[in-house]
Amino acid sequence: MSHTTEEMMTIAAARALPDGATCFVGIGLPSTAANLARHTHAPELVLIYESGTIGAKPARLPLSIGDGILAETADAVVSVPEIFNYWLQAGRIDIGFLGAAQIDRFGNINTTVIGADYQRPTVRLPGAGGAPEIAASSKEAIVVLRQSKRSFVDRVDFVTSAGFGTGPGFRQRHGLRGAGPTTVITDLGVYAPDPATSELVLTRLHPDVTVEQAKAACGWELSVPRDPARTPPPSEAELAALRALKPSPKAAS
Amino acid sequence: MTALLPLTEAVAELIADGDTVALEGFTHLIPFAAGHEIIRQRRRDLTLVRMTPDVVYDQLIGAGCARRLVFSWGGNPGVGSLHRFRDAVENGWPSAVDIEEHSHAGMANRYVAGASGLPFAVLRGYAGTDLARHTGTIKPIDCPFTGETLAAVPALRPDVTVVHAQRADRDGNVQLWGITGVQKEAVLAARRSLVTVEEVVDELRPRPGATVLPSWVVTAVAHCPGGAHPSYAHGFYERDNDYYLAWDAVSRDREAFTAWLSQRLGVAPASERSERARQHSSAANASAERSEAGP
Repeated sequence: MSHTTEEMMTIAAARALPDGATCFVGIGLPSTAANLARHTHAPELVLIYESGTIGAKPARLPLSIGDGILAETADAVVSVPEIFNYWLQAGRIDIGFLGAAQIDRFGNINTTVIGADYQRPTVRLPGAGGAPEIAASSKEAIVVLRQSKRSFVDRVDFVTSAGFGTGPGFRQRHGLRGAGPTTVITDLGVYAPDPATSELVLTRLHPDVTVEQAKAACGWELSVPRDPARTPPPSEAELAALRALKPSPKAAS
Repeated sequence: MTALLPLTEAVAELIADGDTVALEGFTHLIPFAAGHEIIRQRRRDLTLVRMTPDVVYDQLIGAGCARRLVFSWGGNPGVGSLHRFRDAVENGWPSAVDIEEHSHAGMANRYVAGASGLPFAVLRGYAGTDLARHTGTIKPIDCPFTGETLAAVPALRPDVTVVHAQRADRDGNVQLWGITGVQKEAVLAARRSLVTVEEVVDELRPRPGATVLPSWVVTAVAHCPGGAHPSYAHGFYERDNDYYLAWDAVSRDREAFTAWLSQRLGVAPASERSERARQHSSAANASAERSEAGP
């Protein structure tokens, strides 16, 4: 079965979630991938949304962070102060699963403003939401986003959620408890921080993507292994599960 | 004793120009009808507070009601940007809006501090981010016991909090269920509160844990069926996703937005208001909104 680059990205992101993990899920791509994981290899994945739904098991994709289907299928529904204080801040979340408008070489995420001047931005983005604390307090963060020179930048215009800050030692200095963004998945490949420099490096290319394509869609001098590993292509079962999950535009409205 | 009032009277009595107003609801139970009544009554210079300003705040900002926004995530959920919000922040149209920007965890804790009668809240938050550099209401604080550096944020104390709920009785006891967001904290943090409800009953059937707000903490209740549309009220109606999708096109264009404002709410754009328009007041349009199917 042929597949799109978007489908490969979503399936690669789903595969990064181990069965049984507790996963604090952002809306959009992370939510799609987390639900796909639950419908494929990780039926016991615990999905937690910032609207206060714990252990949501929706049959279709939620259309927003507070979709009623999340509450109806959850093990527990708690208030927003509770979800952030008791569940996230206390260190009960294994994986913070986030999207991003921009990410930089040190895994810092920007969803606030594009442009150097915060007061007079070129583009005003939605803002932080739950992301700063999700990225800080989860045991690790996984980030999924489409890759281009505009989204993969040398330095984000605004650090909404800290990754590795300015490099090694930053997280410890700022009291950030989790391991930070351990995996970044795009439509081209998979990236991980270099243990020595904390800089994101290519670890795997998706099928049919070249090193040159990955470099051309990256705003810094990308470090790549001599012979990068390849993401196994989507299986028939994964594609079928994803397509069954994904509402058609008509169904979404 | 809670007052049981029509929505027009409740908004007129409880919300004044210059007030700090929180309309809360986390995707679920968003008090749209009350927001539209605030627009119809042409409130000005409001400080609008809300964790997730979405379409109703886009409408309030575009209509020129807001001077300031205190928030943590502003977008059209599942659709994209809030274009009236962006136009105000990026271009000052129809007027400039100051912003005070937090994270969800910070905002939630600010309401908790307000509800608790404390001056500030403390959380493990904002660490390593640029938010504290631009937001004066985020300060580091050292734990007096461990020395750990944490974030302090001041209590939110809105003049008025408005929420929507499923049900109240005639005394003003409020039942609310499903995704409960931060509504309880926002009401308890406020000086005055308005709860719009799907239904008013003589007596609440006992549902242990369902009465989240006893009447003596609620200033006014307004019977407002469909008052959360286009968001949803669990057990009453589903979210009108078409409205949110359609809002994107309406809000992208100033002319389309002002036409919406005029046709749906009977409100002339901020720049063209005249005494005549002011006389064409809320009463005539009070019922227009409720029959709306979309934007």
